[in-house]
Amino acid sequence: MHSLGARAHSTTRTRTPGEIVAAATPTSQVGRRVVDRAFLGVCIAFTALAVLLLVILLVSIWQDGHARLSWQFLSAFASRKTEEAGVRAPLWGSIWVCVICAVAALPIGVGTAIYLEEFSKRSRFRSFIQLNIANLAGVPSIVYGILGLTAFARAFGTANSEDPIAFGQPESFFYLQLPFGHGVLAGGLTLMLVVLPIVIVSSQEALRTVPGSLRTAALALGATQWQTTWNITLPASIPMIMTGGILAMSRAIGEAAPILVLGVPLFIRSTPINLMSDFTVLPLQIYNWSMRQQSGFHELAAAGIIVLLAVLLTLNALAVIIRHRLQRANG
Amino acid sequence: MPNVAEISAATSRAAAANRRGTARSRAARIGTERVIRGSLLACALLSIVTTFTILVILLVQSASFFAMPQVSAWEFFTGTTWAPLLGEEKHFGIWPLIAGTLLVTSIAAAFALPVGLLVAVYLSEYAPSRVRAILKPILEVLAGIPTVVYGFFALAVITPFLHDHVSESFGTFNALGAGLAVGIMILPIVASLSEDSLRAVPRSLRDAAFAMGGTRFDVSTKVVVPAALSGIVASWLLAITRAIGETMIVALAAGGLASMTLNPAHEVQTMTAYMVQIFTGDAPAYGIEYKSSFAVATVLFVITLALTIVGNLFLRAFREEYE
Repeated sequence: MHSLGARAHSTTRTRTPGEIVAAATPTSQVGRRVVDRAFLGVCIAFTALAVLLLVILLVSIWQDGHARLSWQFLSAFASRKTEEAGVRAPLWGSIWVCVICAVAALPIGVGTAIYLEEFSKRSRFRSFIQLNIANLAGVPSIVYGILGLTAFARAFGTANSEDPIAFGQPESFFYLQLPFGHGVLAGGLTLMLVVLPIVIVSSQEALRTVPGSLRTAALALGATQWQTTWNITLPASIPMIMTGGILAMSRAIGEAAPILVLGVPLFIRSTPINLMSDFTVLPLQIYNWSMRQQSGFHELAAAGIIVLLAVLLTLNALAVIIRHRLQRANG
Repeated sequence: MPNVAEISAATSRAAAANRRGTARSRAARIGTERVIRGSLLACALLSIVTTFTILVILLVQSASFFAMPQVSAWEFFTGTTWAPLLGEEKHFGIWPLIAGTLLVTSIAAAFALPVGLLVAVYLSEYAPSRVRAILKPILEVLAGIPTVVYGFFALAVITPFLHDHVSESFGTFNALGAGLAVGIMILPIVASLSEDSLRAVPRSLRDAAFAMGGTRFDVSTKVVVPAALSGIVASWLLAITRAIGETMIVALAAGGLASMTLNPAHEVQTMTAYMVQIFTGDAPAYGIEYKSSFAVATVLFVITLALTIVGNLFLRAFREEYE
């Protein structure tokens, strides 16, 4: 606003009244209209460029990869022979890791959001946590990989990674060991760290949309803070929380860098059977295939991308459906 | 504002909850409340523990890297040769990695910051609501695409295009292809965050400017954009932070040769790409190269943290409040 005002002042000081009238004559009006139209043209051109880029991206990947899509591609393990290779191990690896990530990140993230929005007073401590979360959101995901490698995969070097403390037999479904090594549990927890700031912030936004009068009404009836949160605030905000959570999960599924740092094996011919099983994920498999110069791997990478995008699309559709259902259920 | 029906529904739910609660003593309720409060606090503290642990790991490992006899901190922070793997004499001067990161980030920023802002201005000020309803989801799709896909796109589409139509000098790995792919990746961040802050500018400001005879261009560029500037700059800084920390695109498309160059057709190595090279097993574990990646990670962490903090400060200091 000031800039417009400043300009008006400077014109009155530097120009004579006649010039001002001249500046406002139809020609200048026309000139300004032309500038306006031209600017609109530029805006539309660049917006169209963004859309065009997306179209080129999707079309080129589809062209490269669609021929390789088949049931066999989904059900086969990776192979040195490109015509036999498939995404079975990374697909299941992604699903395992994503479920572990969701089970860990959603309660912790929503819990943090509830603490910040419903339980904490406006204090230095609260704004410190808030600032900390904002900073964590800007940390590159590869740095979280280093954290996961040190904390989860190696337990800070307190136990010998070569000779872990084992609970149960490695073949059983409940096998656990310390340190976790580069199994699905370490992968899922690392991704939890990556997406936690996203879950917290989106849950906070969801909780803030619940009108304060609902809380006041509950508290006035003698409900405790937690009873109010559990019975009133959470049910009212759960559709938004779930949407944010699913978006965070789709971020987790697309992450390759943190998993790569964990040091998962490049070549895997098995699906996970327990939390300590070796695994790989779709983005990492796509990365490995893209890096290979030999013919055939390029097409495999493109086909892998199509599978990955299909998984993401399914997740997003799920988010829409859940939001719809829950909104209706809440009335 | 919630309507009367909503409030009465909520109060009856609360009353029901309270009835369920009456069976237990007041002391028990307070006890439960304490336990729950404690566990929620524990969740919140995890974020602090995370930051603290990252800092400790990076500092301890970097310290043990600098404690090695072959390494000097002076060379690390001022040296212009990064040759950790080749030959007998290893060099650890981080500037080639920083130069590579800056080159890729500048290319991405040169593309995405202005284009993102133009898209935001179009969406917020010009686009009819029907067009907006189509474009917003498209931006969300772009934002949701995993970065490894952009890396593949750079390698399979952008670089061959540059080689065939721009200059023969573009090799399989080059800074421009990677930088453009990173630019496409951060474009939706700039566009949608800037659009949010443009739309937050109150209507009365626009109306006033229109009433003074301003065209849509005048109103957008002289009133709305200046009013939303803090949000726009914050979105730019966030996008730049993402570009600096981006890993998979540069690991795929920028190459693995750390060099001090400004030529976008050349192969460069970024800080993140070096870390990928080490962690995918080019170096023996626990060796000097392995430790060097932690020192690089520390530099990366400090740079991104500084940018995030500056962005937040900017948002707070220059926010124009309208009521």
